[in-house]
Amino acid sequence: MIPQEFEYSAPGTLQEALQLIAGGERKVLAGGMSLIPMMKLRLAAPEHVVDLGRVPGLNYITESGGTIRIGATTTHHEIEMAPLVRGRCPLLAEAASRIGDIQVRNRGTIGGSIAHADPAADYPASLLALEGQVRLVSANSDRTVAASDFFLDPFTTAIEPGEIVSEIVLPAEEGSEGYRYEKLAHPASGFAVVGVAARIKKTGGKISFARIGVTGMAAHAFRALNAEKLLEGGATIDEAVATIGEGEEANSDLYASADYRQHLARVHARRAISVALTRAT
Amino acid sequence: MKQKISITINGKLRSDEVEPRLLLIHYLREVVGLTGPHIGCETSTCGACTVMLDGKAIKSCTIFAIQASGREVLTIEGLAVNGHLDPLQEAFWNEHALQCGFCTPGMILTAKQLLQDNPSPTEEEIRKGLEGNICRCTGYQHIVNAVKSAAAKAGA
Amino acid sequence: MATTTVKPETLVGKRIRRREDPRLITGTATYVDDIKMPGMHHACIVRSPQAAARIKGLNIKPALDRPGVVAVFTGEDVKDVPSVPCVAQLPGLRQPHHHVLAQDRVYFVGHPVAVVVATDRYIAADAADAVEVDYEELPAVADPEKALAAGAPAIHPQWPDNTAFTFHQEGGDVEKAFREADVIVKQRITSQRLVPNAMETRGVVADWRAAERSLTLYSSSQAPHLLRSLLASIFGIPENRLRVVAPEVGGGFGSKIDIYAEDMLMTFVSQRINKPVKWVESRRENFLCTIHGRGHVDYYELAAKRDGTMLGLKLKIIQDLGAYLQLLTPAIPTLSVLMMPGLYKFKNISADVIGAFTNCVPTDAYRGAGRPEATHGIERMVDILAAELKMDPAELRLKNFPAPDEFPFATATGLAYDSGNYALPLKTALDEVGYADLRREQKQGREQGKLLGIGMSAYGEICAFGPTPATPTGGWESATVKIEPSGKVTIMTGASPHGQGEETTFAQIAADELGVDIDDVVVLHGDTSLVQYGIGTFGSRGTAIGGTALYYALQELKSKIKKFGATLLESDEVSLVGGSVVHEASGKSVSFSKIAAEAYRPMKLPPNTQPGLVATHFWEPPNFTFPFGAHVVVTEVDRDTGQIAIRRYVAVDDCGKLINPLIVSGQVHGGVAQGLGQALWEQAVYDDNGQLLTGEFTDYAIPRAHMMPWIESSHTETPSPVNPLGVKGVGEAGTIGCSPAVVNSVVDALSHLGVRHLDMPLTPEKIWKLIQAGGRA
Ligand SMILES: Cc1cc2nc3c(=O)[nH]c(=O)nc-3n(C[C@H](O)[C@H](O)[C@H](O)COP(=O)(O)OP(=O)(O)OC[C@H]3O[C@@H](n4cnc5c(N)ncnc54)[C@H](O)[C@@H]3O)c2cc1C
Ligand code: FES
Ligand code: FES
Repeated sequence: MIPQEFEYSAPGTLQEALQLIAGGERKVLAGGMSLIPMMKLRLAAPEHVVDLGRVPGLNYITESGGTIRIGATTTHHEIEMAPLVRGRCPLLAEAASRIGDIQVRNRGTIGGSIAHADPAADYPASLLALEGQVRLVSANSDRTVAASDFFLDPFTTAIEPGEIVSEIVLPAEEGSEGYRYEKLAHPASGFAVVGVAARIKKTGGKISFARIGVTGMAAHAFRALNAEKLLEGGATIDEAVATIGEGEEANSDLYASADYRQHLARVHARRAISVALTRAT
Repeated sequence: MKQKISITINGKLRSDEVEPRLLLIHYLREVVGLTGPHIGCETSTCGACTVMLDGKAIKSCTIFAIQASGREVLTIEGLAVNGHLDPLQEAFWNEHALQCGFCTPGMILTAKQLLQDNPSPTEEEIRKGLEGNICRCTGYQHIVNAVKSAAAKAGA
Repeated sequence: MATTTVKPETLVGKRIRRREDPRLITGTATYVDDIKMPGMHHACIVRSPQAAARIKGLNIKPALDRPGVVAVFTGEDVKDVPSVPCVAQLPGLRQPHHHVLAQDRVYFVGHPVAVVVATDRYIAADAADAVEVDYEELPAVADPEKALAAGAPAIHPQWPDNTAFTFHQEGGDVEKAFREADVIVKQRITSQRLVPNAMETRGVVADWRAAERSLTLYSSSQAPHLLRSLLASIFGIPENRLRVVAPEVGGGFGSKIDIYAEDMLMTFVSQRINKPVKWVESRRENFLCTIHGRGHVDYYELAAKRDGTMLGLKLKIIQDLGAYLQLLTPAIPTLSVLMMPGLYKFKNISADVIGAFTNCVPTDAYRGAGRPEATHGIERMVDILAAELKMDPAELRLKNFPAPDEFPFATATGLAYDSGNYALPLKTALDEVGYADLRREQKQGREQGKLLGIGMSAYGEICAFGPTPATPTGGWESATVKIEPSGKVTIMTGASPHGQGEETTFAQIAADELGVDIDDVVVLHGDTSLVQYGIGTFGSRGTAIGGTALYYALQELKSKIKKFGATLLESDEVSLVGGSVVHEASGKSVSFSKIAAEAYRPMKLPPNTQPGLVATHFWEPPNFTFPFGAHVVVTEVDRDTGQIAIRRYVAVDDCGKLINPLIVSGQVHGGVAQGLGQALWEQAVYDDNGQLLTGEFTDYAIPRAHMMPWIESSHTETPSPVNPLGVKGVGEAGTIGCSPAVVNSVVDALSHLGVRHLDMPLTPEKIWKLIQAGGRA
């Protein structure tokens, strides 16, 4: 109900923020949609909170040379509504629109979501299917990590101490590609029991390119590489999705056992691919 | 350590010294003395605390008051203009979209953004737009009617 | 004298928007948490994280040492405070002493162990965290059937069989009926534990004034007078020095009838610190510590003739009571027994109830309280019988209803159903939904692998609780009507509404009876210092009983008005037209407002009449009322995932006369939402150690807007002869009718796979697994 006491800083520049974070046990606060509930339940009790909310230049959506860049504090709602994302990276807009509810989307940020790395979060599936990259900066470093190397375990990412996510880098889409984010929302939490993001390109009526990201099913989101290969190799959708989750240990909870969850991932993959296929031109 | 914040609440600027951990909902209720935003949970899932921050619906239980400093907060108390109810308030009343009324302030403010984003929503869009707000009394049907009727009035 | 205008139209029966709403839509209503008082302190309760444990050590010093903390109380401080009360009585009932703070043992997760009092809410929360409690874990049992099994850990060591009571009832000759039967169907049917989850959690502000030896207690209560009487006797505070106020109450659904440990604890704390103190429940606490509902395991056996004539019904109920008995806990399953025959002409029944203690929070009345369980059971059994007999479930129902001329209908459980035409809503609903066409579509669809289900329930319920001998809280209701000298009307009702809209419906009744403008009527409630005495709002009793008390109070006033009018007109040949008195022969009349003024400054009093226009009426109902109806639900089951989609929801309810159809439809929708919640999503899941796994909105799925179907709601109107308004009550109907119709629909969708029964909630995985297994569970 009530968070523990903490010290609060709201740096006015990125450099200042990075300096603060470099200074030891500091917790970054973005939209607060994951951090604050945990602090209220006293599952998190940071001593010092560094609010990114007032750092200018972290909230943007740009495109140049076929590359879309989204600043870390860009909110889910901004992403969902942005004409640029809707036009050039519609898969991400679709995923953003399925996150939580409007109040959560108004505050929650893409940087916060991927940094938090909830295994049932929505973005990771799309980020993987889009072969996106995550830019990580610290007071004295600046590096870019592929999404496929970013999500490591539940609530665990490639972010090193002192680093923050500064932007997400995605390829802009040319327009012929079909896409779909298919989500089964948990009836209570709204998070993804499973969520499947699919991108499909067709050549001569056949699937020539497939990218499939799966979230909710396992410890972290993953790309269904075998299924992608099978689809590109001319296999049926059913044959391809039957490989999804092989080798992954499926999550299990009151709502869905591991078997059922794996099955759901396949069903939703089939649906995502089918819709993506009809959208592809 | 307390810090100074200044927030424009329902059109009036005020300043207070607050602990950084003070949640906006508690600030509004306990410090400012408002009674419209309610507390229905501690997991950011019920929407009873919904207010508008710079024109967008947010859950005031999931933001520190200090984060709202320098910004504008609108609560249900500030929605009526010169004593004239907002069309949504009027529609909630006409359509019997509330029973115990506990969810109502949050529901109305969420609906406000819903209509800002989408002035003529379908039933399905209304239902989806209100998914962050729980009402245990009404079964939502009259709420859907109210939002539809407010949208129709605005469109007329 | 002026000629009066007669009010042309009546308000009763109209869709009138509510008069309570302006304060609610502007956020200016006052709920308990909105109350602030000078010097008010805040309490935070330390609760047990264990379901069963011995308290080995308790260190409050770290909490007391924190600045702003004024007191910490533990079990030792309150050991002499009497038990949290249970007013339900059953022969041989074992009632554990329910201390307001745990003594040396805790019995469920959330059990209060200590209370921290501080100057501020945040300080109190920090201090509560600082209290150190050393627990020695004991074996726990959370499942009622496991609790009753041999060798189960004893919840209360003095009663190793974990049985609080057993209860038996029978009517007719059930053994004979079973001997004569052609078919007997049996089924175990559960009604899972549910969390009422009113959106406003509970809250208490206690304000003890030592100098006046008086207490004012603000509590989010459905029954403030009951709370006052019980607190008065518990604390020895005279009732005339104890004021209980239920301010705006944000929903209750039964969960706020109870007197809770916290009502008592805050009284205790305020007396100790001599300051007002506030406690507001968190949602987590609400999940853990406010009563739950349902918690039944039922074993049914139904005996019938091959032609479908139902002969006899046997029922064994295992009621999960939780660790303690709250206000009405043991009485709830006895209501299920009363309602077990449903709407059918059973002559022979027998029922056994076993009340089992578990290491869980107590169960008690939650929307429907005992009747949803019974209705769910019988409506499932009827469908199971229909399947066995290969009969259409609608036909089977129609065959066994009493005919409209058989009312009052005496049930084998000893009730007298007041009035009814049970076939009408069922036929209406089936017509509306297009039953025959759907059955055809179902048949064709099955050939293509589609899973379409059509399910129905024909429900009855016991409402308007109730005659006092059958209602442990008292069964009457009261109303005072005061016509002010200005002609404005003030009603004080003992019903304590919290969303049901009585400020409007009662004003409608009064406006019609007195011929005044509805805006001239104010309805007050919820404050024991304003209201004479009252029972409260629960069991769909507000309008049927409270409204009737109002009606009779109004009649008393009307006859007094007539007397004043006769005196003013100097004739006995007068009649009342609305609130005016008219001398027909001359056409002269006196207006209502003139009479109101005259009554307080009479130049000449009518014979045997006192000045003033105030009347109080306490009305004791002669019987319950028995609303009924039928719900028909069309579902589609996704073969791939087991997800259920509701295609149509048709509800035809008969709650007697409708005072305000707008309000009634709101009650139906809300009721259906809670019924659907039970059917599809909601469940309080305790693990084997008594930990509540679904203890937040993030785990416990409450229906949200996008999860609800459109409800096609309509009514038939069979007036109740029990009260002059002809109303029956509607608060619980939607819930009761809903869950069996939904489950019957899904079972119907899967019946060709051999599925005969499903327990709630119908989670997709459960359905998917059944489909995978070809229907065989
Ligand atoms: C009711 C509700 C429903 C939700 N439903 C969904 C859902 O359906 N799907 C879904 O995907 N999510 C859901 N969420 C989570 C939501 O998307 C959050 O916004 C997101 O998980 C965290 O983003 P944030 O900006 O709020 O981060 P915060 O809560 O501020 O931070 C989360 C974590 O990330 C760290 N962090 C934040 N920003 C950065 C950064 N730039 N660099 C490094 N670390 C950083 C913080 O230190 C913290 O550890 C829901 C949340 C709520 C409250
Ligand atoms: S109080 Fe429930 S979401 Fe804020
Ligand atoms: S009106 Fe009671 S919760 Fe919505």
